[in-house]
Amino acid sequence: MTKVTLAKGLNAGLRKAMEDDPKVLVMGEDVGKLGGVFRITDGLQKDFGEDRVIDSPLAESGIIGTAVGMAMRGYRPVCEIQFDGFVYPAYDQIVSQVAKIHFRSKGRVKMPVVIRIPFGGGIGAVEHHSESPEAQFAHTPGLKVVACSNPVDGYWMIQQAIACDDPVIFLEPKRQYHADKADLDTSAEPQPLFTSRVVRAGSDLTLLAYGPMVKTCLASAEAAAGEGKSIEVVDLRTLSPLDLGPVYASVRKTGRAVVAHEAHVNLGMGAEVAARITEQCFYSLESPVLRVGGFDTPYPPSRIEEQWLPDLDRVLDAVDRSLAY
Amino acid sequence: MSESPLPVPAAPSRAGSGFGPDISEVFGPHAADGGPDLVQLLTPEGERVEHPDFSFGTDLSGDDEAAMIRGFYRDMTLTRRIDTEATALQRHGELGIWAQLLGQEAAQIGSGRALRRQDFAFPTYREHGVAWCRGIDPLQLLGLFRGVDHGDWDPEQAHFGLYTIVIGAQTLHATGYAMGLQRDGDVGTGDPDRDAAVVAYFGDGASSQGDVNEAFIFAASYNAPVVFFCQNNQWAISEPIERQSKIPLFHRALGFGFPGVRVDGNDVLATYAVAKAALQRARDGQGPTLVEAYTYRMGAHTTTDDPTRYRLSEELETWKLKDPIQRVKAYLTRNGLADQAFLEAVNIEAEELGQHLREGCHALPEPSPLDVFDRVYAEQTPELAEQRAGYADYLDSFDVPAETGSPR
Ligand SMILES: Cc1ncc(C[n+]2csc(CCOP(=O)(O)OP(=O)(O)O)c2C)c(N)n1
Ligand SMILES: [Mg+2]
Repeated sequence: MTKVTLAKGLNAGLRKAMEDDPKVLVMGEDVGKLGGVFRITDGLQKDFGEDRVIDSPLAESGIIGTAVGMAMRGYRPVCEIQFDGFVYPAYDQIVSQVAKIHFRSKGRVKMPVVIRIPFGGGIGAVEHHSESPEAQFAHTPGLKVVACSNPVDGYWMIQQAIACDDPVIFLEPKRQYHADKADLDTSAEPQPLFTSRVVRAGSDLTLLAYGPMVKTCLASAEAAAGEGKSIEVVDLRTLSPLDLGPVYASVRKTGRAVVAHEAHVNLGMGAEVAARITEQCFYSLESPVLRVGGFDTPYPPSRIEEQWLPDLDRVLDAVDRSLAY
Repeated sequence: MSESPLPVPAAPSRAGSGFGPDISEVFGPHAADGGPDLVQLLTPEGERVEHPDFSFGTDLSGDDEAAMIRGFYRDMTLTRRIDTEATALQRHGELGIWAQLLGQEAAQIGSGRALRRQDFAFPTYREHGVAWCRGIDPLQLLGLFRGVDHGDWDPEQAHFGLYTIVIGAQTLHATGYAMGLQRDGDVGTGDPDRDAAVVAYFGDGASSQGDVNEAFIFAASYNAPVVFFCQNNQWAISEPIERQSKIPLFHRALGFGFPGVRVDGNDVLATYAVAKAALQRARDGQGPTLVEAYTYRMGAHTTTDDPTRYRLSEELETWKLKDPIQRVKAYLTRNGLADQAFLEAVNIEAEELGQHLREGCHALPEPSPLDVFDRVYAEQTPELAEQRAGYADYLDSFDVPAETGSPR
């Protein structure tokens, strides 16, 4: 058992996947010698060589497009997009090619491509470095989308995503990379990839989050407990497919739900989750499902990002509004 | 670093193969010093040299020419001061990050000073020297890096686009702007106050982006009045130029159907001369040019980068000998074109500029969280107005004095 950060957990997971399967490749900008701008691939090129850890030319469409070809040749590319805002030059390859090749080939061609994207804000960065584009990918049939929230999940989920025969958009909460440490037991039995998890039990309201907001929501639940409110927190972990079975069970118990994410609220993941909860738990609901997230504006200059991002207070505000309904 | 196990073909001669001559026969061996095609008018030692195609100052009197070179020296010194001051401000936590231009002063001042008022420049995030030439108060550059705004100058008024962080995107904008100039009849009239050109700045790494290659295609196809000004500073964060191109970058232009030239980007005289000629071609209606300014990123990629992880310090030492400012200073002083009083005056000006930045940075207005709602659309939507109002109410709820209510 070792204590690791999310960055180290992901690094160890990538390393394990590369050891286990010689077909696993890492590719992206600055992933080799530098180990990536966040050091997630640190040391991998040194140990696995330049053919398996590929410093690519500065072209995201090129990274993903060539990954498609490598996958067709039997490789399992793990592509790093340096920051969320730089995935769009590759958007065409992801949406029109990666997502559709299995379908178009009548299932003859698999696309085991993982696209790692550091996402979310809170690091004081300049524009295009703090965005949350998950809905754009979850809205695309053919892609699977997951978001890890902690070091242990990082270790297991990246390996599971690599082992998956479908393309996986793998979202990493960048503000957590070097933040909290957790005990990693590499001999444990991991939870399956496409499943959600109740991370705090409660009875008054169900709070749903993923990625960077899990920590905020746990803190919110803790604060609410001080005021006598019992909040259940669910880490969704998988955004496409959604695993809402545990969420429905929770909402049938609590009667109230709030969904939180950093992404814009309008047409965000919360909209889909709220609609499904309403369809499945209508007679259990005591109040409408509420959403709390980023405002429907471009990401703001970093000096005000902490106000723009949903924080503990804004989550609790939504919790209170739901409870008061 | 492990050796590549992939077989690397030993450059077989293609003569007689039907595929034309061998690449190395056409382009010669890789030359770290820029090779024989490098246009240079002032050596690293500060000696003026002739070039068959480009010259500096032939249209000027001796006095005017000396004054201009002194001006370049001043511009470069002050630009470097902006850079060191901003770097220090970042270290003190006043800026979130800073993209240093150290070493690229000549490339930026040479090209920036070759612009006419009516020309338009599209920068990356590192063009602080060009911004200086466009008359932008360097304080306005700091806002983006401090996180108070995304750039506070008016692009239309300054004829200088906003800093563009998404690599390569601005090269297409530049091309489109140039196509607009064509449609306005502001190209090839022969009127020096009317004919205009556009310059697109980008890096060696950016040359790999689809957008940049598409910009080349559009510009060539429409003969657009745009100069593609690539500062090849040898690095794209940790990746060396060899990762992006197997041939000297300027040669790429030929394949797209317009001329390319490689200039010593640490030589302000040559950069000015080449940029001026390329811009004039554009204004005259002769179409695009690719200028590769061969230079070096002497600093880190940004203040968060650690270059010791990927490059050798010897490389930096070699390039220090080619410092763009030192060679101008050597030329000016050795030829009696600048005296101690002039150098001292520039230093004092640099001190004042540093103070202006230090004081001004603290005083940059903080953004209001409500501002963001007002700038998304030209015509505000009812939805967003409602969201803004709701958020304003929410913020107001915190203003309740502690004794009288809960702070939420
Ligand atoms: C589309 C996109 N991908 C990745 C990045 C991250 N990034 C910022 S600067 C940079 C390297 C740029 O190199 P170059 O074009 O040579 O310009 P330089 O920084 O050397 O001036 C990278 C990869 C980005 N800003 N935009
Ligand atoms: Mg570069």
